[in-house]
Amino acid sequence: MTAITAHEGKAMAGAPARLRRQGVDISARGEPFLWGLGGALAFGVVMILGFLFIVFWNGATTFWPGPIDLVTLTAGERIAGEPTRSEDYRPTTSQLAELDDATRARIAARDGFATRTLYRVGNFDIYGEDFRWVSDFQVSRREQPADLALVERLEWGVFIGQIKAVTVDDKAVETATFATAHKVARQRWLRIADIERDEIGAVNHRMEQGRLEVRRAELDHGKSSPAYARIAAEVAKREQSLGIDYAKLSAEAQRLRAEAARTRLTLAEIGGKEKTIPLSAVVRLYPANALGPMDKLGVYLSRWWEFLSDEPREANTEGGVWPAIFGTFAMTLLMVIVVAPFGVITALYLREYARQGRLVTIVRISVNNLAGVPSIVYGAFGLGFFAYILGGSIDQFFYPERLPSPTFGTGGLLWSSLTLALLTVPVVIVATEEALAAVPRSMREGSLACGASKWQTILNIVLPRAMPGIMTGLILAMARGAGEVAPLMLVGVVKLAPELPIDGIFPYVHLERSFMHLGFHIYDVGFQSRNSEAGKPMVFVTTMLLIALIATMNASAIVIRNRLKRKFVGSQF
Amino acid sequence: MVALREVEAPPATAHETKYHVAKGGSGSALDIADFNLWYGPKQALFDNTLSIESGLVTALIGPSGCGKSTLLRSLNRMNDLIDGLTVRGSVSLQGVDIYARSTDVIALRKRMGMVFQKPNPFPMSIFENVIYPLRIDGVRARSILVETAERALRGAALWEEVKDRLDESALGLSGGQQQRLCIARAIVGDPEVLLMDEPCSALDPIATARIEELIDELAGSYTIVIVTHNMQQAARVSQNTAFMYLGRLIEYGETQRVFTDPVAEKTSDYITGRFG
Repeated sequence: MTAITAHEGKAMAGAPARLRRQGVDISARGEPFLWGLGGALAFGVVMILGFLFIVFWNGATTFWPGPIDLVTLTAGERIAGEPTRSEDYRPTTSQLAELDDATRARIAARDGFATRTLYRVGNFDIYGEDFRWVSDFQVSRREQPADLALVERLEWGVFIGQIKAVTVDDKAVETATFATAHKVARQRWLRIADIERDEIGAVNHRMEQGRLEVRRAELDHGKSSPAYARIAAEVAKREQSLGIDYAKLSAEAQRLRAEAARTRLTLAEIGGKEKTIPLSAVVRLYPANALGPMDKLGVYLSRWWEFLSDEPREANTEGGVWPAIFGTFAMTLLMVIVVAPFGVITALYLREYARQGRLVTIVRISVNNLAGVPSIVYGAFGLGFFAYILGGSIDQFFYPERLPSPTFGTGGLLWSSLTLALLTVPVVIVATEEALAAVPRSMREGSLACGASKWQTILNIVLPRAMPGIMTGLILAMARGAGEVAPLMLVGVVKLAPELPIDGIFPYVHLERSFMHLGFHIYDVGFQSRNSEAGKPMVFVTTMLLIALIATMNASAIVIRNRLKRKFVGSQF
Repeated sequence: MVALREVEAPPATAHETKYHVAKGGSGSALDIADFNLWYGPKQALFDNTLSIESGLVTALIGPSGCGKSTLLRSLNRMNDLIDGLTVRGSVSLQGVDIYARSTDVIALRKRMGMVFQKPNPFPMSIFENVIYPLRIDGVRARSILVETAERALRGAALWEEVKDRLDESALGLSGGQQQRLCIARAIVGDPEVLLMDEPCSALDPIATARIEELIDELAGSYTIVIVTHNMQQAARVSQNTAFMYLGRLIEYGETQRVFTDPVAEKTSDYITGRFG
């Protein structure tokens, strides 16, 4: 295209050589790059959607009651269990050696692969295992008898087998009255839990309060002072009446326990071994193969309700995650409450008041770099500074009577929130600075020309106008903070903390308490539990819940932001 | 922010002081004397001296970059916002030197309303926009606010159009209405001087005509200084006209004389459209 023919070359001799080539180069055409960009976007979207689909599919199906298979093996053994998943595998040579020729030939025809199914057999107290692999070639018969039931128990996980009898004082009663009997038993059990945790807990708390008062008096006035003697006597009197309350409550609990122990459920596993448990220890019981769709939906919803509203059982692999939901929510909220004013004030100073020079540039770069520091470093800092130094000092000054056991001097909700606030404050500062910079100069000038001072202008015009941008920063901070786990493990998150940070005991909000967190719960259930196979569904459900919680919090923040945007930004003609 | 700096004055051009006689009103409202201004090292205004007559409309005209907006913004110290700004000379409002160290800028700006090139209503309701200057002064009495807002809106010829929707967002108004709202906001505090920085440049001809009518009505009550790019507009609305070129005041006098019988060659070149 660019070649100049000899003829032309002669004609152009003496004229300057043509600088630009004619025709269009490939690099000038956008389309191939457009395809590349679009492809990258599509790849990203597919990855995210795939991730969400896997999490939500697994999470949503976990609680759906499946059928129970009764599998008769060729060896004669019978197994009852919920099929969990199937896979192809390659049997070992020793396994193959035990098989007959026909089976061996079938496996060989499949390039040495056989199919096996993982059954959740339950009955951990009898079998010593929850799950069992069964290869297809071992199976002689599969059926789904209607009399097999799945029993969720308070201890030892599920039981799969037949219901033999419901007995009151060793006398058999009609199994038809089972549902009502179970309801009564469950209510009784909840009442026992109420007494033992809340009411006896309150009494214990007041006793502890008394002990601390005495200790305080000892520290303040000395052991031989009259003030100490007076307080000690007062507390002793109170303790006496508390002791009576305590005895009453524990007697009531004893009575209920005894009553609960009278109604018992006898179960038999498929091999015929019987097991008798108190009916109150049964959380849920259903005949898996005889359920209609509505019954299944009922079980599904009741499991979800238990999951959302109850405390964890069985090393967190069963029961609910309510304390973790509450902890995550409370911690994130507290973090936002702390991080919002700090980030906004810092950004306001940096952008509006500080002299834009080398120092401010250095501060800005440092803030940006802070956003890249690994979160565990913040955790270590939070533990060292907040918990040990700050919290330790608070204990020294305000809670000396409780020492050596720490109050604020250890990880807790407050320190976790502060640590995460520190972690997310760079995000808020950067976003706020940008939002402030984006406020049109004409707005500021308009306000200043009206005789407003700089501070009035910032308060009345600049901040409202920048608010949507600031909210965007807070949303990002919230998303980052709510999903953070590593630093929390150092500064206050624990495996099990059924006591919520807010309860009915004065002062109602206990920021010093350790708490549970969904992110840590996922780690704990997935990797720290006795049986990873049992924990896996819970991992998916909890992950789904965490995603949903963060999405909900973000969505509400976005709704607020959009409202602000409509109000303060609008469309300029 | 503003530092007075001694710099050797550039030599005055021959006709600089000669033509600076304007139509007398009831005395001068603003006296600008030997005013120089630098943006960093770059000088933008050179030895400007003029008196703005009280109660009249004074137009500042000149080609782009001649410093007319800079001069206008120097009058209420809006230029203070710019880093590295230096001024020398004096501007006084009714005898008070506005660049004196003891002058309170905020109090000063309350005595001067300003209208900008682009309408800049605040993202609030129409009512709140108008009474913003009162709000920041801490006026709370509803009756006073309502009364003052109505007076200002009537003064800005906007009352009839917005009286039924005072609580709606000001951002929903048309460009011309927004600019009149800004004028209402500028006059609500009853200032002595109204500064207008090309108030019609973002508006269509009809809205422009309305604003010009409004300027006519406001003249007399306020001393108005208007920067405009549009020579017809200057001829229509102003009694005095100052022509600036490259930071220097070239000619200043009665509008009619400046347009019909300019003394300086530059002025006549500009108004006949030979450059600009």
